[in-house]
Amino acid sequence: MKTIRIGTGAGFSGDRVEPALDLAKHGDIDYLVFECLAERTIALAQQAKMRDPNAGFDPLLERRMRAVLPVCHEKSIRVISNMGAANPVAAAKKTVAIARELGLTGLKVAAVLGDDVLDILSPDDFRITETASSLRDFNKQVVSANAYLGAGGIVDALNAGADVILTGRAADPAMFLAPQIFEFGWKMDDWSLLGRGTLVGHLLECGGQITGGYFADPGIKDVPDLARLGFPIAEVSADGNAVITKLEGTGGCVTTATCKEQLLYEVHDPKKYIQPDVVADFSNVCIEEIGPDRVAISGGDGAPRTGSLKVSIGYIDSCIGEGQISYAGPGAVARGQLALDILDQRMDLAGITCQEKRGELIGVNSIISNADMTSAEPNEVRLRFVVRTDDLATATRIGEEVESLYLNGPAGGGGVTKNAREIVAIVSGLLPEHQVQTHFEMMEA
Amino acid sequence: MLLRDIAHSRTGDKGNISNVSVIAFDPKDWDILQSQVTAERVRAHFGAMITGPVERFELPQISALNFVMHDALAGGVTRSLALDPHGKCLSSLILTLDIDKSNP
Repeated sequence: MKTIRIGTGAGFSGDRVEPALDLAKHGDIDYLVFECLAERTIALAQQAKMRDPNAGFDPLLERRMRAVLPVCHEKSIRVISNMGAANPVAAAKKTVAIARELGLTGLKVAAVLGDDVLDILSPDDFRITETASSLRDFNKQVVSANAYLGAGGIVDALNAGADVILTGRAADPAMFLAPQIFEFGWKMDDWSLLGRGTLVGHLLECGGQITGGYFADPGIKDVPDLARLGFPIAEVSADGNAVITKLEGTGGCVTTATCKEQLLYEVHDPKKYIQPDVVADFSNVCIEEIGPDRVAISGGDGAPRTGSLKVSIGYIDSCIGEGQISYAGPGAVARGQLALDILDQRMDLAGITCQEKRGELIGVNSIISNADMTSAEPNEVRLRFVVRTDDLATATRIGEEVESLYLNGPAGGGGVTKNAREIVAIVSGLLPEHQVQTHFEMMEA
Repeated sequence: MLLRDIAHSRTGDKGNISNVSVIAFDPKDWDILQSQVTAERVRAHFGAMITGPVERFELPQISALNFVMHDALAGGVTRSLALDPHGKCLSSLILTLDIDKSNP
């Protein structure tokens, strides 16, 4: 049976660069997929594009492409990534320019388009899930609207001979599903195969999270050499079953435990993992160790797709101001608590209007918000005071109030930091798939 | 005994929903997970940190449970005021649940 080897080049936008180069050089892979687009990233990228029409793609695109393109070109490894973010065409142009500079003549780069649906959303018909209101009644400054595209546009670009494919918003697993559809000739209504291919994509999409990253817990779950963590490879068969492995000699581990954790990562009902192309079913997946750092995955399934695409709406939500200060030694918690009480009073006294506020002591109750405050006294605490405001000028005053605790607050406060930022947040909704036209633009180096 | 002695966990986020897996190290402990790590106990364990309902899904073939906790992320990762807006730390906290090993 035909098999292909797919490697993950990145599991998030800030991921390490070298593991992708290692995979390209030594992984004997056919495809290298970079997943670099978090929920909010595309909204921020859209703002960057509004300021500069040539911007709006992933800031690390150039570094990643420079690192891997020469090897990928030499070994005929095809690259797929959502580093196009809000501007896949500009990302493709940049990639072509890099390829020319590196002498990679003839490299074909495709930009997959159609995810940007800001102009086609009906203000009255499009419903925001979170607020159960229409887009018009949502009444916020919307900066972006992007539909999660399925594998179709990427498959079309592969059929047209693209060596590098850059998308904007695509469902993360779809970037891994596309080469399986293309290589094995899967039908777009073979729900079992699409479900299995989605499973492979889901397991690979977070890179090192299946090879021992986000897993280590010393003494209980030890992982070797995390500083040189190897990224995953899936050996996929034409029947959609796969072996997850990693490059020999790299750090990390692939075990049934790492695969089980990743299987359920960001999954709700395991029977219904809703994707643009299929509703994947992970409920009967079998995970079996077949060798060192080799785990066999089988039993994935699928049901017909819903016919709707999820759309992420980026909007200007609010501003957040924050300040922090530390207290140490005996009485640190009490002095931290006194400082929080002072800050609460200062909001009224200084006339600062808050939409929402949060005061906590890191080391005591910043994560466990309902923590028992009388448990053992820590050596030090760090106060964190954070406030949602209507505007940035007000947000800036929060840090100033924390800073003023130096001379006006409890004894021994030190190490103030402060920041204020505008918040672009995300809500979502569903769009009938026939309203979204996916296509690609091809360019050549 | 703590849940941490027999199981491991990972958290994921989607909007204002957190999912937390609980996976037995040894399939022999599946019965304990199934009977003792209920949605009600998980809901009570997190207390006021979660304001919505908790659902539980079972995956016996991999000895795992998946908890879906609604309204668990202080408004969701893109607008939350929390220090850990993704709720990444919740996986470590669920493992502090008490387990009675003598009574599966």
